[in-house]
Amino acid sequence: MYDGGKIFAGIIIGLALLTFPIWYTSGRAAPRPEVKLPVKEKECVQPKAYMTRKHMQLLDLWRDSVVRVAQRSYVAFNGKKYDMSLQNTCMSAECHAKKTEFCDRCHNYTGVVPYCWDCHIEPKEEKTEEKH
Amino acid sequence: MGVNRRKFLKIAGISTLGVAAKPAADAFGISPTEWLDQKLGGFTVPETLFHFFEKPAGLVPGEALTAKRWAMVVNVRELDEEIAQACTDACHKVHNVPNFDNPRHEIKWIWQEEYEHVFPGQQHEHIDENLKKLPFLVMCNHCFNPPCCRVCPTKATFKRKKDGIVLMDMHRCIGCRFCMAACPFGARSFNWLIPWPRAGEGKFEGKEPPNPEYPTRVKGVVEKCNFCAERLAKGQIPACVEASQKACKKKGREPALVFGDLEDPDSEVRQLLRSNYTVRRKPELGSNPNVYYIV
Repeated sequence: MYDGGKIFAGIIIGLALLTFPIWYTSGRAAPRPEVKLPVKEKECVQPKAYMTRKHMQLLDLWRDSVVRVAQRSYVAFNGKKYDMSLQNTCMSAECHAKKTEFCDRCHNYTGVVPYCWDCHIEPKEEKTEEKH
Repeated sequence: MGVNRRKFLKIAGISTLGVAAKPAADAFGISPTEWLDQKLGGFTVPETLFHFFEKPAGLVPGEALTAKRWAMVVNVRELDEEIAQACTDACHKVHNVPNFDNPRHEIKWIWQEEYEHVFPGQQHEHIDENLKKLPFLVMCNHCFNPPCCRVCPTKATFKRKKDGIVLMDMHRCIGCRFCMAACPFGARSFNWLIPWPRAGEGKFEGKEPPNPEYPTRVKGVVEKCNFCAERLAKGQIPACVEASQKACKKKGREPALVFGDLEDPDSEVRQLLRSNYTVRRKPELGSNPNVYYIV
């Protein structure tokens, strides 16, 4: 075989580069994101497990219900009624007032970019000097 | 395997039932699709199933203003430039309608127009000078038979069944602008530019949208007047009507814009229609507008 050494060396270097993301991070996972929960409100419109798993389905339901059939009042699992609104209820000052400390933490970690905020106005945030 | 006698009879029976279903449904005076629509309250079948197995849809808020068919009367005799401008400003402020200087990028929900543009075909060379000068307020007519909804390929624009308001679902609009071509009144505007460019963390590049409670739009969607559906849900009358009441009261005039239920014989709108001669824009097209003008 001509130039066998060079070929094998090339293959080995190529494989090493291709598998770089695997061995470089082996044994170390990126830290799980910690979301900051609202201080005042203790309960969401559904139990926490449901919200973490299915908040997008819930928002989808809210959107159809509000926009298409004008049913804007949501009866939560604890019987309370909420105005179905991402911008005015979820992100209100009493609840998730800071998008960067709630929505963005998980979304950045998992690399999803929902386009809600192209239209809906996110709450105004002052920069906090907190490290995470 | 061929069709045996037993199988043939089965197929024949089912086919007969199928053929008989339509006349039977027609006999009840309602088509099966209409019946289904009524039963599902405007939701699609998968959505209804989702609500059944997952979470219930919402309720209509208790304080909401409801009607069978919302309509507006524009009393042009009570309008002047200032009042008309106040109405436009109120609407555009409440709905975060951007103000572009270039008329090709313009977005408008309610605006002033000349008589000959509002009622083309009705003008003639000896027409009353005053009529020519009057600022006619025009907006989406919320047609009973809306051509925009017929052409929309995604059903992003639709007529709300319970009160006849023609609405936009911005989530579904793909920006094809068929609706703009279909609308005989030019009531729709396309977002050629990003209306309110974002800078992140709730901040905006340059101007801020005036109403933080109402969403903005994105580049590439069509928008128009929504008869203030979001205000009706809170029990408030449309912003332009409210503004006209205030502005007209200041000048000692009757309110120039009146809003109400067309199906309710005692509503303010119906009273005005009964006691005044009113016209609608381009009625010959059969779109059946719900905005009436007292000229």
